[in-house]
Amino acid sequence: MTTPTTVPLTAALALGDDALVLSHRLGEWAGHAPVLEEEVALANIALDLLGQARVLLSMAGDEDELAYLREERAFRNLQLVEQPNGDFAHTIARQLYFSTYQHLLYAELAAGEGPFAPLAAKAVKETAYHRDHAEQWTLRLGDGTEAAHERMQRACAALWRFTGEMFRPVEGLDVDGERMESAWLASVGEVLGRATLTVPEGPRSGAWTAGAGRQGLHTEPFGRMLAEMQHLHRSHPGASW
Amino acid sequence: MVTATALEAELLELAGSVPDPELPVITLRELGVVRAVHIRGADSVEVELTPTYTGCPAVEAMSLDIERVLHDHGVREVTVRRVLTPAWSTDDISAEGRRKLREFGIAPPRERHASGPVSLELGPTRTTDGEPDPVRCPHCGSADTELLSRFSSTACKALRRCLSCREPFDHFKEL
Repeated sequence: MTTPTTVPLTAALALGDDALVLSHRLGEWAGHAPVLEEEVALANIALDLLGQARVLLSMAGDEDELAYLREERAFRNLQLVEQPNGDFAHTIARQLYFSTYQHLLYAELAAGEGPFAPLAAKAVKETAYHRDHAEQWTLRLGDGTEAAHERMQRACAALWRFTGEMFRPVEGLDVDGERMESAWLASVGEVLGRATLTVPEGPRSGAWTAGAGRQGLHTEPFGRMLAEMQHLHRSHPGASW
Repeated sequence: MVTATALEAELLELAGSVPDPELPVITLRELGVVRAVHIRGADSVEVELTPTYTGCPAVEAMSLDIERVLHDHGVREVTVRRVLTPAWSTDDISAEGRRKLREFGIAPPRERHASGPVSLELGPTRTTDGEPDPVRCPHCGSADTELLSRFSSTACKALRRCLSCREPFDHFKEL
């Protein structure tokens, strides 16, 4: 593993927090997913993300301290990943937006020689599965019944304003945000088109959009999510299985 | 270290003989996850272990098992180091490992033809006879099988069903 002195801490925290927070959100589906196969799928995706989070947070410091003992303002994840699961369509829209971004990001990092390249080379294969999963569900729901189509369209629109944040520069993350953003728009647009959904209108960045998670500003549901995620560790410091 | 000493080879053999905690029919060597053993001093060795998936929870059990086997062999200090490069691929599973998986009721992964990132195209979910590289049912050998879910009991497997004998089975998916 890379020596701590060469790790860009801001970037390791940003990517690690994205993976950790989305992993926790997906884990909330356990026991609630529409069918058993889907429960297993979401839990598997959550597990992949947790594995990535552990590697990334360990690059930045002590993984347990970082996950369980930081306050809300110290988390650097995108606001997109902390959004509540909502109905299944919301979860799938969030997955489509995020996994498409993460796949592009890891592909670019894996091609380079920076400190994230070893992890990215593994994770890019995992995220390809996540993206494929989200794409299949987007097609099925968008091109499905009227009710499913309507819900999927609503979910895509509701999360649209969180997607601009993904392409803002992160200190220490050596990627071309603009190029990734146009690839992301093309890829997501293509899937939505095939799913008979319209690409949401409205801004993705600017004064009236969301997106300051990387600066530690989070949306209201995040605090409650953290309280649940951290309470066991905080109530029983140092406990182990 | 360029060449492994005879002792390192012996310890590598031992570490590799540990059964996989999730799939005890195959050993860590057959799975291709034990990369190397380095002697770091008198009575001290370092083992390089690579995870199949980044989040594979079996890595911790594997590390403990490796430590135990080497301790029992008289090595006082064992450090298991997690390495990510080069990334593990299902092509690292040995022919013997594939045979044992099939015998255990798990369809082994097919050889990957292209390197680089996994394609984003939706592959066909059903395979049939006459295809060059079908996923065969580990129970009856039929090539006529279909995908039930891309995710199964562990991160590395997908769930399929045989359309000849109707049995569901796990498929170690190509990575």
